Amino acid sequence: MERGEGAARKAGEPILEIRDLVKHYPLTQGIVFRKQIGAVKAVDGVSFDLHKGETLGIVGESGCGKSTVAKMLVGLEQPTSGQILYQGEDITRLSGRALKAVRRNIQMVFQDPYTSLNPRMTVGDIVGEPYEIHPEVAPKGERRKKVQDLLDVVGLNPEYINRYPHQFSGGQRQRIGIARGLALRPEIIVADEPVSALDVSVQAQVVNLLEQLQDEFDLSYVFIAHDLSVVRHISDRVAVMYLGRLAEIGTDAQIYEHPTHPYTQALLSAVPVPDPEARDRRGRILLAGDVPSPADPPSGCRFRTRCWKAQALCAEVVPPLEVPERFRDSEGPERHDSACHFAAERDAVGSEQDERGGCPA
Amino acid sequence: MPESYVPKEAITHGDGGTAALAIGEAESLERPPGAGPPSAPPTGKPRGLWSDAWHDLRRNPVFVISGLVIIFLAIIAIWPQLIATGNPYRADLAKAQAGAEPGHPFGFDTQGRDVYTRVVYGARASITVGTCATAGAALLGSLLGALAGFYGGWGDNLLSRTADIFFGIPVILGGLVFLSVITSSTVWPVVGFIVLLGWPQVARIARGSVVTAKQNDYVQAARALGAGNRRMLLRHIAPNAIAPVIVVATIALGTYIALEATLSYLGAGLKPPTVSWGIDISAASTYIRNAPHMLLWPAGALSITVLAFIMLGDAVRDALDPKLR
Amino acid sequence: MTQNDHQPRTDEAAPPTAGRPGLLDVRDLRVEFRTRDGIAQAVNGVDLAVTAGQTLAVLGESGSGKSVTAQAVMGILDSPPGFVTGGEILFQGRDLLKLGKEERRKVRGAKMAMIFQDALSSLNPVLSVGAQLGEMYTVHEGLSRKAARGKAVELMQRVGIPAAEARVSDYPHQFSGGMRQRIMIAMALALEPDLIIADEPTTALDVTVQAQVMDLLAELQREFTMGLILITHDLGVVADVADTIAVMYAGRIVETSPVHQLYKAPAHPYTRGLLDSIPRVDLKGQQLYAIKGLPPNLTAIPPGCPFNPRCPLARDICRTDLPPLYEVAPGRASACHFWKETLDGAR
Repeated sequence: MERGEGAARKAGEPILEIRDLVKHYPLTQGIVFRKQIGAVKAVDGVSFDLHKGETLGIVGESGCGKSTVAKMLVGLEQPTSGQILYQGEDITRLSGRALKAVRRNIQMVFQDPYTSLNPRMTVGDIVGEPYEIHPEVAPKGERRKKVQDLLDVVGLNPEYINRYPHQFSGGQRQRIGIARGLALRPEIIVADEPVSALDVSVQAQVVNLLEQLQDEFDLSYVFIAHDLSVVRHISDRVAVMYLGRLAEIGTDAQIYEHPTHPYTQALLSAVPVPDPEARDRRGRILLAGDVPSPADPPSGCRFRTRCWKAQALCAEVVPPLEVPERFRDSEGPERHDSACHFAAERDAVGSEQDERGGCPA
Repeated sequence: MPESYVPKEAITHGDGGTAALAIGEAESLERPPGAGPPSAPPTGKPRGLWSDAWHDLRRNPVFVISGLVIIFLAIIAIWPQLIATGNPYRADLAKAQAGAEPGHPFGFDTQGRDVYTRVVYGARASITVGTCATAGAALLGSLLGALAGFYGGWGDNLLSRTADIFFGIPVILGGLVFLSVITSSTVWPVVGFIVLLGWPQVARIARGSVVTAKQNDYVQAARALGAGNRRMLLRHIAPNAIAPVIVVATIALGTYIALEATLSYLGAGLKPPTVSWGIDISAASTYIRNAPHMLLWPAGALSITVLAFIMLGDAVRDALDPKLR
Repeated sequence: MTQNDHQPRTDEAAPPTAGRPGLLDVRDLRVEFRTRDGIAQAVNGVDLAVTAGQTLAVLGESGSGKSVTAQAVMGILDSPPGFVTGGEILFQGRDLLKLGKEERRKVRGAKMAMIFQDALSSLNPVLSVGAQLGEMYTVHEGLSRKAARGKAVELMQRVGIPAAEARVSDYPHQFSGGMRQRIMIAMALALEPDLIIADEPTTALDVTVQAQVMDLLAELQREFTMGLILITHDLGVVADVADTIAVMYAGRIVETSPVHQLYKAPAHPYTRGLLDSIPRVDLKGQQLYAIKGLPPNLTAIPPGCPFNPRCPLARDICRTDLPPLYEVAPGRASACHFWKETLDGAR
């Protein structure tokens, strides 16, 4: 599959290639004799690449499947079908020792710093646990020192090694979670809403820490969040998900300045801008209705039920995620993958001259 | 009401030097951990669930009193000679059903045996049955419940249905049928029977609490690190799921003692020559009009024992139940 | 300890809208929580004023006291552990704190209503939404059940629930998050209150739905000329709808200002820090500005200005003297000794 030029610009080899990833949760009926009566199509054919050293942001609303993608990447969920190629090898087919070795390289940072740390373990045990699971990484005698180094790296006092999680605030706990994620020196970190549970004034600290660690350890991030401005700040490329599929993917400037998918446009226009002056100037697209159930998604384009551009074609043909035909000859930033039959730039969303951008809700 | 967490936040952050851990990027690294800022609250060290619970329990008079009673009972169950120098089997028919007299504060039973000595010696049977049955039911129940809750699937279904069957057995009727075919004068058949009927209750609690603990992010985090099932179960789930099991077991202990007495009273539980409150109550019940002391003393001892364990269980539950905090 | 109650307060500290006849006037409100770890001073002398038709946003982080203030005003504070220890809550001229329980209850619901963050847990799961909406009328206005049901349908239509007629018998879990929040709004509106307090009404919702709900709320507020207090931590939402902002920190108001001026030039370093820590396109690739440290422990608020340990401008006086609310401009106040420097852009 062809990617936008932007991706190639930033970094080298793809370190992770996701191909047609699908996760369906069966819906069953009956207690003794279970009968499958359907499936929740949480993720339904998602493909993207993650390059070395880059940050790929995944945005979307609740229920769009972004967290399920994260879980599949770190092996918490088994995909129904599709491939996750890590350095060319499909890790969904691995098991046992080989899988364990690969897992070392893909680590996760969780959303809720209050539930993601075992309250019965000390910080030292929590951050050191990866070494117990993968003893080959660090000999026993060095572990304590390594844990202290990690705490230092994430900005916590290494002397706090014997304290328990509840003695820390949310932001500090998230640092502990990040230290645990770093322990095995992974190449990839999947961060699922890492700052959304934190207080506003602490979020910036953690975002800065993540960026600083990326430079220091040459990490690649998959950064999942619903906060579009944080994602834009940290990401090199951004993927927009809707109801189990990718709607659009491109560099941050391509997605935020030149979105061509109607869903992305609506999503961006709905983000409250912290500037009261912009109140009346914004051409906000108010979407009608709610996200349909992933157990019974619309045919064709998933977004068509809420889309103001929808036509008969949208119900019949699934729009492929590729550079739309009308932009193929273009050199500008509008040339990026967008899964819409009628992909078009909205007249400069959110910019000064936006007076006529408002669309019928 | 979502926002009531604001004060709770203050509580969580309040317990102990959260402020002492203030990061401020570089500055915290310079600050020695001992040197708490002036803002450290006076209440001192932060605590975990167990030490928190212990802190609560020590100040709870119900816990202290029932705890002391239980310790006393345990001591006389092991060394009844400490407070009763007589022989529980020594009968003096001349004194049959006689009331209290010096040296025999509780009087004598129908066969002229000293009621005080028998009440003291009876503690052993009750405590033995209670503790052994509880230990057995708790071990079996929590093991099966934890495995079912952790692995789920058909094993879980099988366990749940089996437990339902056991719940359906009427305890007394089951005891009469099951124990009447066994002719052993030891406590073990009774213990076995109570374990058999008691484990499903523990299993159900253990299963539920494992299922809850399993969904915690930190278990997912361990899994993402590549941890095996053993590690997840022993290190992450069990320590966080055990509290409800302890509570239910403590309360069950009291009811098991009462159950033993009931079965013994009906003639299906312990059998003479074992000394047991239930047997003595049974023997005395026909003479309640003429010689109530024969019944009241063992019955009183039984009630106090059962009450002590149930109160202890209640106090432990209050201390361990995070919802009440 | 300068968090003492009797700090001299300058007269200019009067709330910005004090000139107009107030709908709600909160004066020197104090709330504490008595916990096992000591007394948490959640609200420490808060002044707020809202007039009819006005939107006041109370902005703050968790632990700032914003929600506790709202609960105290509504009279739904969990007590114990929470206790109102001082101040007045004047609502349409009457001090609510002096009313009896029954009178207070009548005010609640009929005259002032609240919208919570989590609509699912605020609605009764075993009653249909029609029954819950209708209850407002049968209880407060004595309508018959049939008439109440008709009113319920009307309300549901008013808040934009499609096919209201058909869905009036549905249960809360059958609605999506956005629709549930609309039902909450409908319930709050039912008796046409004069004041609505919305506590993080859109935090649990997705952005596209959030926009719909905020628009609805603003529209209804205009239509009924209600006072609206919007409790939130989201600077974006505030910028969109508020007329006035009160920024809270450690149980105090640190800045209050008309919305445009606050965003243009904050007069308190905390407000400035919050605004600066929002990611901005032109600063991509740079470190975000981050307020150092953590919000204070409410059982041990630092002496002097509560923000001083985290403040880049803090000097000796900040560590000893609690700053009063200085009048910065007409209708603007800042509780910072160095508000002038802050206003001029000092960091």
